[in-house]
Amino acid sequence: MSLLEIKKAHLKLDNKQILKGISLSVNAGEVHAIMGPNGSGKSTMSYMLAGRNGYELESGDVLLNGESLIGMAADERARSGLFLAFQYPVELPGVGGIAFLREAVNSRRKHLGEKELDHLAFVKEVRKVAGEMFVKDEMLKRSVNVGFSGGEKKRFEILQMAMLKPTVSILDETDSGLDVDALKTVSDGVNSQRSDSNAIIVITHYQRLLDYIVPDYVHILSDGIIIKSGGPELAREVEKNGYAGIINAS
Amino acid sequence: MVATTETIEHVKEVSGTYKYGFITDLESEKAPLGLSEDIVRFISKKKKEPEWMLEWRLKAYKKWLSMKEPDWAMVNYPKIDFQSIYFYSAPKSKPKLNSLDEVDPELLKTYEKLGIPIKEQEMLAGVAVDYVFDSVSVATTFREKLAKEGIIFCPISDAIHSHPDLVKKYIGSVIPMDDNYYAALNSAVFTDGSFVYIPKGVKCPMELSTYFRINEQNSGQFERTLIIVEDDSYVSYLEGCTAPQRDENQLHAAVVELIAMDNAQIKYSTVQNWYPGDENGKGGIYNFVTKRGNCLGNSSKISWTQVETGSAITWKYPSCILRGDNSVGEFYSVAIANNAQQADTGTKMIHIGKGTKSTIISKGISAGKAQNTYRGQVQIQKSAKGARNFTQCDSLLIGDKCGAHTIPYINQHNPTARVEHEATTSKISEDQLFYCLQRGLDTEQATSLIVNGFCKEVMKELPMEFAVEAQKLIGISLEGSVG
Repeated sequence: MSLLEIKKAHLKLDNKQILKGISLSVNAGEVHAIMGPNGSGKSTMSYMLAGRNGYELESGDVLLNGESLIGMAADERARSGLFLAFQYPVELPGVGGIAFLREAVNSRRKHLGEKELDHLAFVKEVRKVAGEMFVKDEMLKRSVNVGFSGGEKKRFEILQMAMLKPTVSILDETDSGLDVDALKTVSDGVNSQRSDSNAIIVITHYQRLLDYIVPDYVHILSDGIIIKSGGPELAREVEKNGYAGIINAS
Repeated sequence: MVATTETIEHVKEVSGTYKYGFITDLESEKAPLGLSEDIVRFISKKKKEPEWMLEWRLKAYKKWLSMKEPDWAMVNYPKIDFQSIYFYSAPKSKPKLNSLDEVDPELLKTYEKLGIPIKEQEMLAGVAVDYVFDSVSVATTFREKLAKEGIIFCPISDAIHSHPDLVKKYIGSVIPMDDNYYAALNSAVFTDGSFVYIPKGVKCPMELSTYFRINEQNSGQFERTLIIVEDDSYVSYLEGCTAPQRDENQLHAAVVELIAMDNAQIKYSTVQNWYPGDENGKGGIYNFVTKRGNCLGNSSKISWTQVETGSAITWKYPSCILRGDNSVGEFYSVAIANNAQQADTGTKMIHIGKGTKSTIISKGISAGKAQNTYRGQVQIQKSAKGARNFTQCDSLLIGDKCGAHTIPYINQHNPTARVEHEATTSKISEDQLFYCLQRGLDTEQATSLIVNGFCKEVMKELPMEFAVEAQKLIGISLEGSVG
């Protein structure tokens, strides 16, 4: 059974058809890359999957672990194991990183019927994982995403992913705004979380991220539908010929 | 109910005259309904006050009669009928208590419901608590330990007897009896409150704390607190207020006076969670409070920290008179107004001494149909050479039916002084909310987290055990306001 299954997803925003029948099946242990030019519907797709208000499907369905997400609120989806690493992580002034992470992790644990972690146990766990993600202690003490550099924001996203242990993670243009070193660090963080029991969807414009996070499948999204799917070589084709070549060929 | 002969006789006896037909249950020791000179005499007599106290009350009552209810605040409410309020009520019995075990278990249960584990607080945190249940204190603890340091912490009704010189000297010295309508009313009819005296060179070893609770239906609450801190001394005082649900509007008009001598420091923290009324504001508490501190001594410091979440109407401006040279005044405030609540709150910083400094951090949160107004005055008098003020007023709006207003008054009479004012208004953004939801927090958790973050600068000024309680309170008071 696939962990995530998108079935003929149609979606309108402001009366404009954005998703025009996307279908995608993602199995455990797989990494899928969704590539596409600006305006192809990549971010809309990630918001739709995460259940953001206003991004409800017009028709079609999405299943997480075989369970339909239709009518399920964003927070329920998150607790059920769906994670979205934001392209532009949002600032939460005055909300400390550790406190935020603890609320998030305990919400998920509660949902899974696990015991909520007390403060000390939690801090210990965060420090351990943060160390692996190159997230400094000092960053955890600051307000969430406030005054973070582009790289820090993305590292903090991946740290959250590591703490929440989601079933399906969607990384929305995680490479945007990163220099090569930061890209490598963040990719290492993601790779360390690949396992047989979860799946990752990487949304990106560029091939370069896929040099670090090597996908099993690559899909090209254009004007609201997947026009071509293939292996990692498809990404290199994009790099070489641009989207135009593939779009025209289809 | 029937007015019994016994009751009538009783009032005749204490007040000398009998003007009003009234009903009272002697067991609850209520004064007759309404306000008159007789009632003032009744209260004074009930408390076996000395003549000077009665005269002071009567003088205040006469001034009150000639004063008008203020109408400049941005609050709307039906006119208060002072003749339909009980101005004195005591709990059924007033036992002498040796320990908390002797306190009415019902009372303890209420505190527990409110999340205030009394025993824990006393034993673990070492808080000396002066409970005010309705109008009369029913338990005072830790007094002996404090007495060893020469600290006086007792109900003000006791202090009138045991330390008349101090009370006589300082009562009304910061807030004159005719300062405003509600202060005059309080001066005439105050029933009880706390008295604190810290002698020279003493750092009070524990946080002093009072929990207020309004219980009797229609009983006006007129607390009066007086805190005097001598040279080189320090005290931190916590005031927490909660009230059970009531249908009738209840009036509260407290007066708090603080006096700080040379190098003295007073930290006064309040968490106020009175019944705000239902969604339409019906039945909430009217909270008209006058709080003022006098930095009388050089290099003295007074800090007000308040978290105001309750009451249908809040009318409150804890202020500092910075008389001593280099004295410091601080005001940290979080005011939450949800549903039909109205809050008009802020501070006054009156700079008189040289090199005086004041800081004002105000965080107003409005939700539902609530109106939240910051009203503050910074006055730099001619003598206040080199005075400085920094004011920051931030408003957070939740939903689109509420309002936030910032009204700063700045009077600058010394060219060497520096006054800064910053103000912002923001909303909880859709992006912030979605970000939190995506991490598995529900809407209420997310709101609470974002709002607590917004208030952080103020919350960190609260003593630890109070901060935790206050954080919870902020979440609770905004329940259902988003989504």
